[in-house]
Amino acid sequence: MKKIFQSAYLAFIFLFLYIPIIVLVVYSFNTSRFSTNWQGFTLDWYRVLFTDGPLMEAFANSLIIALSSSTIATVLGTLGAFAFYRYRFLGRKIMYSFVYVLMMSPDIVMGISLLMFFITIGLSVGATTLLLAHVTFCLPFVMVTVYARISGFDRHIIDVAKDLGASELQMFRHVMLPMLMPAIIAGWLLSFTLSLDDVIVSFFTTGPSFEILPLKIYSMVRLGIKPEINALSAVMFLVSLLTVTIAHFFFAKENK
Amino acid sequence: MEKAPIVRLREVTKRFDDVVAVDALSLDIFQGEFLTLLGPSGCGKTTVLRLIAGFESLDEGEIVMNGAPLNGTPPNRRNVNTVFQSYALFPHMTIYDNIAFGLKMKQLGKSLISEQVDEAVSIVKLQGLENRKPHQLSGGQQQRVAMARAIVNKPQVLLLDEPLSALDYRLRQEMEIELKRIHRKLGITFVFVTHDQEEAISMSDRIAVMNQGRIEQIGTPTRIYEEPENMFVAKFVGEINIFEGRIIEVYNGSATVDIHGRPFKVLNRKNFSTGQHVKVLLRPEDLAVTRDEDSRPVSPSLGGVIDEVIYKGKTVDLIVSLDAGETIFVTQFFNEDQEDVVFRQGQRVHVDWPYGWEVVL
Repeated sequence: MKKIFQSAYLAFIFLFLYIPIIVLVVYSFNTSRFSTNWQGFTLDWYRVLFTDGPLMEAFANSLIIALSSSTIATVLGTLGAFAFYRYRFLGRKIMYSFVYVLMMSPDIVMGISLLMFFITIGLSVGATTLLLAHVTFCLPFVMVTVYARISGFDRHIIDVAKDLGASELQMFRHVMLPMLMPAIIAGWLLSFTLSLDDVIVSFFTTGPSFEILPLKIYSMVRLGIKPEINALSAVMFLVSLLTVTIAHFFFAKENK
Repeated sequence: MEKAPIVRLREVTKRFDDVVAVDALSLDIFQGEFLTLLGPSGCGKTTVLRLIAGFESLDEGEIVMNGAPLNGTPPNRRNVNTVFQSYALFPHMTIYDNIAFGLKMKQLGKSLISEQVDEAVSIVKLQGLENRKPHQLSGGQQQRVAMARAIVNKPQVLLLDEPLSALDYRLRQEMEIELKRIHRKLGITFVFVTHDQEEAISMSDRIAVMNQGRIEQIGTPTRIYEEPENMFVAKFVGEINIFEGRIIEVYNGSATVDIHGRPFKVLNRKNFSTGQHVKVLLRPEDLAVTRDEDSRPVSPSLGGVIDEVIYKGKTVDLIVSLDAGETIFVTQFFNEDQEDVVFRQGQRVHVDWPYGWEVVL
């Protein structure tokens, strides 16, 4: 009896979490143009979606920004975390806590301040400013993820590598990088998803010349929800599901 | 031991902020010897090791290796290797790759690497474990990997930073013997850091007893143990009884010391003069305890009562309360000829020692 209750309770929570997404996915196959009543199965909306030029372009832009910003943030963040670990310098602790401040600060504040900054230095908003903004808000997440792993290492591990004849570069390549790889991949995946679905910061830091998917959807939804939006959301859900599965598979292997 | 120093430390000083970790320390390390830096934690022994390895830069003085100063040479260009207390094995590599790391950094050929790794593996007796990962090995085996990873590079000097302290008692004793065997087999210089005086005494050719960044005494284990030069060394290495005394007469090479009103004849190695206050030091096993019921004292001795008898198998340890108020610690070996001599709590005894076995400071 207790077991049944436990399962039911858990099922309820998961239903609560996933019903909206299930509804969305189901309606993406609905023949009706107006999403509220079911009129039969169709793949039309997916066809419409993949032939919608501007939408596909926005999707491509989003992917480019997400891939490049997460990669740049991962490289910089990994090097940054390593520097915090390897070197002792004045203001090291204060600087590290600023990384957390950046992570916790509201998107709206970051969006506005970045916009002000770009205007001040005379950079017109577009692809470049958007990329810079995304790198900025992804960077602390990578740093924190990588630093958490690096600070769990044996404190002599660098000394050992140097002692055995490795140069600074060899030590980083043959010891640090492989040992940090799970955290680096985790940081990259986190950055990728953060960048892919960011609305608020992007809203302030890109211009009409460079449209990305979340903003495009946002502007489309203002005119009513179209079924191709459902289809698009279903596709994006599938992508994140895949990402999570890959990440899970990778870490399960690592922890074995 | 040949007489050519392979590493010389000259007036080496290292400060961490305002704390002087190593204080104008000079030390010659000879080819092939097993030298132990012994001292309490915080005495600077590990810092000396890290200075030789190149992990720390010195503030004053110089370290010379093979006649050439090492100042500024990074650790990866020094012909020394270190075994760390925590082993710090590379967790993502197999045992083979861990041991081969140094050789790979030197970009040796594959077959040469494999040949030398096999040799190192057989020296530390790790055959068959090459494809395991470090976390699959026991503490003792990890220790051997750390050793193999260092010696495979054929360093001139091997530095060992408390390598046995993470092992349990039995394993530690086993590894002490192993270390000596490896030392003999390789014939290279070992510089071993420990706070464990038993470890130091049983393994070393020479011991440097360190305190507050300085060397208090350096010498063979026997000398350190039998003839400590100062109170620090006497107290740090082994158990010792300390008697306060005053020189009452001086002869050629010997003297008479008054301890609790009794005149004891002692060796006068340090030119003491009459009236001088001295400390007379005696190891527990150098004291002789006689029961009053067996014989009355004939020569000067200190009377007392047995407080505690601790049976140790090979020996029996006695805690004796002297009439003068002090408590002393005595170790007696069993005398096979007198099996009926049994010490019991409360027995009256008198304590003396053979002339010359004492140390007077």
